[in-house]
This record gives sequence, structure tokens and C-alpha cells, in this order.
Amino acid sequence: MTKEKSDRKVVIPGEVIFEGEEYLPGEGTEKRENKIVAIRYGLAEESNGLVKVIAVSGVYQPRRGNVVIGKVENLTFYGWQINIDSAEGAFLPLQEVPGFVSKEELAEVMDIGDMVAAKIIGVSGRGVDLTIKLRGLGRIDEGLIIKVNSNKVPRVIGKEGSMINIIKEESGCNVTVGQNGLIWIKGEKIEEELLVKKAIEFIIERSSSHGLTEEVKEWFDKEKKEMKK
Amino acid sequence: MTKEKSTAFKRPDGRKVDEMRKMSAKVGIVPNADGSAMFSFGDTIAIAAVYGPRKMHPQHSQNPEKGTLRCNYSMLSFSVSDRIKPGPSRRGMEISKITEWALEPVLMLYKYPNMVIDVHINILQANASTRCAGINAAALALAHAGVPMREMVSSVSIGKLDKQLVVDLNKDEEDWEEGEGATDIPITLTQDGMLTHLQLDGKITSKELKEAIELAKKATKDIYEVQKKALKDSLNEEEDK
Amino acid sequence: METSRLTAERIREYLDQGKRFDGRKPEDFREITIEGNVSNKAEGSARVKLGKTEVIVGVKMGVAAPYPDSPNKGNLMVTSELLPLSSPRYENGPPKFPAVELGRLVDRAIRESKFVDFEKLCIKEGEKVWSVFIDIYSINDDGNLIDAATIGAVAALKWAKMPKYDEETGKVLYDEHTTKGLPLTKDIPICITPHKIGNKIIVDPTQEEEDVSEAKITIGANVEGVISSMQKGSPIELSIQEVHEMLDLSEKVRKKVFLKIEKFL
Repeated sequence: MTKEKSDRKVVIPGEVIFEGEEYLPGEGTEKRENKIVAIRYGLAEESNGLVKVIAVSGVYQPRRGNVVIGKVENLTFYGWQINIDSAEGAFLPLQEVPGFVSKEELAEVMDIGDMVAAKIIGVSGRGVDLTIKLRGLGRIDEGLIIKVNSNKVPRVIGKEGSMINIIKEESGCNVTVGQNGLIWIKGEKIEEELLVKKAIEFIIERSSSHGLTEEVKEWFDKEKKEMKK
Repeated sequence: MTKEKSTAFKRPDGRKVDEMRKMSAKVGIVPNADGSAMFSFGDTIAIAAVYGPRKMHPQHSQNPEKGTLRCNYSMLSFSVSDRIKPGPSRRGMEISKITEWALEPVLMLYKYPNMVIDVHINILQANASTRCAGINAAALALAHAGVPMREMVSSVSIGKLDKQLVVDLNKDEEDWEEGEGATDIPITLTQDGMLTHLQLDGKITSKELKEAIELAKKATKDIYEVQKKALKDSLNEEEDK
Repeated sequence: METSRLTAERIREYLDQGKRFDGRKPEDFREITIEGNVSNKAEGSARVKLGKTEVIVGVKMGVAAPYPDSPNKGNLMVTSELLPLSSPRYENGPPKFPAVELGRLVDRAIRESKFVDFEKLCIKEGEKVWSVFIDIYSINDDGNLIDAATIGAVAALKWAKMPKYDEETGKVLYDEHTTKGLPLTKDIPICITPHKIGNKIIVDPTQEEEDVSEAKITIGANVEGVISSMQKGSPIELSIQEVHEMLDLSEKVRKKVFLKIEKFL
């Protein structure tokens, strides 16, 4: 079987990716004289002269606009401290919760140990700021939460959501994928939730192959036949 | 030191004076870790795992200007002939610090104020050059963990047996007694020629030491290739699935 | 991150229907692999993988005075370290209770089972005996270190070779192994640690399942079911019925586990 040509090269720290004045250093790279050098391990990608290294491993890097799933670790006067499995901590302020919440009602809305789906509205030196003022966000009351390598999340979602939509359709479950690698699965039946978990593990293991959407559809067909037996 | 002398020199295991033991390396050996790796020189085997960057506790240890690198080196009790009683040792503490100093120059810790990167190194089997194997494994684990690094670092022990410089000391050579005895020089270098770690035990002239560093430059080139291959193979394995 | 309450509820709900996250039944063990001689300076060593859980166990021998109450028997010392390498939850520092517990559980399983014939390790009664040091290290913790470590200890003992001993100088020549194994009997101890989660009893929990486990009992026994060591861990009580269930389950599972590891030993 021929290996499909990948337009992305594996690079390691200190490795020269491209040489030439026309290249610009993007994320994960640095310009040294006229060379673009990788400063992290990953896949080097170039488009229109901008060279960046896509992370394949390592701790989640929070970005504004990301939906994340986290756990309430602490209550302060002004809101909730949330653990989103990133290097810096995240905070959900009182003002970012729909409706009015007084300081006394904090624990009623969400208490220590609760899981929450939130969106990142800002990343600064002090930490990550969250909001739950959008549909689909808020405390998670029921379901299954699994953790995957955050770098594999794009594969689980697929181009414009193509992969995650297949997963939802085939399983009948609600699935919210946090960019930080935590995924919330909620279905009517246990078998459906476990099927989603298995499907995600399948996708993660094959994360570098092309034609994955077809493979996944076939996988679901096979699995559902097995389940009917 | 004449040319005839160096070609006639017999190392206990038959290697040439500039020949290294067979190396092997692999990343991703500890699933729980953010990054992990194994590196071996012959039958000296080191494993390393990285956790972080993550918030540093206790809070008063946090450094608001840059992240902290915390290395912890220890040998398994049965990695050597005479069992090492489990627990911290002064030697372990010193090597932990040396390892931090060997790695920190290439890390960009200013990106992680108030955070810590923990690197744990354990020696599974020891036949000298353990700290070098540990540094090589640690560098791999850090790269595997996606920690930004200016360069990789590669570490090797250069030795002087009586008057002969050799590359990659093993235990028998560490215990060399003839003539001037053994001088052990662990060195860590980057591929762009920067030195991040250097130690020496023994007896050597300045001129010989400069030659030793040249030998280290050549040797670390080979080590770098092994490290590079381990990192690349790890991703290419996934491609082939 | 510690396992959330949400996931804990789901684990319990699934178990009520006899299902586990990874598709196993409550009585199933994960895949076991055993590799011998992973550390050549040890007299014996083994690496055991139980699913993603991995431990390395090494055996070292030494010569020392016997304990006063057993002048004609060799000594046994089992220690265990939960390496910070193996989990984000472990820190560098003196052993905390879980590490101590692990060492002591494996110690009792080996000692009480009479797997090692300690009398044959006597060199000179009252003066010199062989000491057997078993050191256990976690390499990746995904639950059930105890059962994995006991398998590792047994394998390391089985493959161990006695070092040479110079009677005249009283010194052990470590770098010269003989081809002689340790004096072992057929009574191989296997620890099975059933856990109570909600209304169900399971074996071989993953890290997640261990987090939500309410009570556990570590049972060390041989394949015939003769129990030689037991310890209940955790502050939650068990009904007698549940204890019976755990005993029965462990006996059933032990036979299966033995079949799995037999080919390695």
C-alpha cells in the first residue's frame, strides 16, 4: 500500500524548515537570519509564505472563542474558578452567567465538582476568562465526559463539523466537544453513549489518515450490526 | 599522543576510541504524561516523563517572571549491581540540578510565568553515562510534550583512559586504573555548538579537554540523529495506520 | 483532573447494567503482558502491563544476618515507589501511604503464600542468610497497581538467578549470576482486588473506576483458592453478602488470570 504524500513535514525543535527571505515565521517557529526554524515538535505547514508548526502533543493552549469543558474547583466572591486542564487557570465571573446571580446564590448555580461547558472570551497574563451566556453552555447535569488529547480535537470535529455530525447522527446522541479535549456525551441509552466514546477512540487512533469520514461511517454500520445481535 | 597509540588502544569491550555504544530511543512510553521518552546507550537505559507546563504549587514558589523547570533524577534500586536503598540521595539531587542546568538554556521559560514544568528521570539499568542518557531522554520528553525549545540538547560522556580519549564511557572504563586512570567528562551540547552542561572528574590538561569537547561535538551529532528519528518515527507510525 | 461526579454517576449507572466504559464485564481483567529481564543488574526483573497500567519489579539478593525470630530463614523485604513519572497525581518526596500500602500488600502476598522457600535461603543458621529484596516501581498508573505488582513480583522471582557467593570472604559476587533459580514452591500467589462501586463488584478497575470505588479487599491466594493474605482498604463498610461476593468473584477471576499469565512464567 502506498503511503499518501503528506504536505506536512514532521519537525523537531531547532530544525530548519525553510530557507529564504520570502518566508515568514508563524506559530511554533522563529526566524534566524534567513531561515525559518521550528521551536516545537509538530507538523510544519506553509501557506502563502507563512510557516507554522502545528502541535501534535502537549498541554492545551486556550484561545479566545474556544468552547471548553471544565470542572468547578473553587468559589470566590466574584465567580467560579474552573479547571480546564490548561496551564493557566480559568475563571467564570458572576456577570457572565445568564440572569442575575447574587453572591449568596453562587453555589446554587454551580458548586465545586460540577462540570460546565463554557466559552473563552479572553486570554491574558492573569488567566482565561469564560462565559456561559450562550445557548448550549452552562452546568452539565447528566451524561458522560471523556478526555482526549486536545491536539486531536480538530479530527474529532472534522472539516466544518463533518465528523462530529456523523457521530451525532449515527448515535443519536448530543455531543459537545471542548477544544481542551474534554467531550460531553449525552444519549437516551447507555449503549449509545458508549458507542460515541468508542467511535471517538477509533478516530483518535487513526487521526492521521485521509478518507476518515468514510471509514467512520463504515465503522458505525459494523458496530450497530454487532449491537443488534 | 601519537596516531599509532590511538589505533592500538584496546577498550574493554573492543570498541574503537571514537565508537559509541548502540543507541536506541522511543517517545510516548508513559501514556499518562504530557511527554515521555526512553533513551539508551548500550545497556544504560533512562526513561523520562514531563508534566506541564502547569500551575506551580505552592503559590509562594511561583516565579512571576518566568516558568520553573524542576528536574528529578533517580535510579531504580536494582539498576546497579549493589542495590541502592530507595529514597533520595545527594548524588541524585546533584544530577537533578545538573540536568536542569543542561536543559534550561534551550527552554523558553519566559512564556510560562508562575508555572512549572516537571521532568522526571529514572534509570532502569546502569552501565555508566546515566546522567547523559537521562538528559537525552529528558530532552526528548520535553519535545514530545510540545514544550517550546530553541534547540534539542544531546549529552555524551567523553573519557580519558590513561592518556587516551574515548567516546561514551561504560562502567569498566569508569573504573580504569592504569596510568593516569580514568577521567570522566559528561558534556551536553546543542547542534548549533552551544554547551549547556560540562563536568569533569579525573586528571586532564587544557589541550586534552579541548580535544574532548571536539569529540563530544561529533558524538552529539549522532545522538541528535537518534533523538530526531525517535520523534519523527512516532508521528510517522500514526501515518501508516 | 480527578474523575468528575458526573462520570462517577455514569460509571455506577452503567455498572447497574453490567457494563463498563471500555466494554469489559465486571469480572474481566484487561490484557496482561509480562516481559522478563528488563533490568540486567537485577537478579530478576519483570515488566507487567495491565491495560495501560505498567509496573516494573526487580529482585536483588543480599547476604545478611537473619531476623532473631527466624534464625534459619532467609529475609524478605518488599518496597514500592509510586514514581512521579507514572501519574500527574504523584509528587517527588517521601513515600505516601498508597506506596507504603502497595509494598506491604505485595509483601504479605509473597510472604504468607510460602511461594519462596525461605528455609532453603539459609546459609549458616543464626548467622548468615540470603535476603530477598523486591522493589516495585509504577511506570504508568491507570488503576489496579496492586494486582499488577503482585504478578510482577512473582514473575521477577521466577526468573531470578542466584548470584555467586564467596563463602570465604562472605561477599556476594553480583556480576556473576549462576544458572540456579531461587528456591520456589508451586504456591504462586495472585492478588485479586475486587472493588465495590454502587451495587456492583468489579475487578481490575481503571484509574477512573478506582476514583469512584467505595470499598475494596485485596485477596492473595493460590490457584487452588487457598487464601494466604487479605486486607480491606477504605473506610466504607461492606455487607457480609458483599464480602462473600468478593471472595467468590476473586476465586473465579484468579483462575482466569492464572491461565493468562501461565504462558509467561
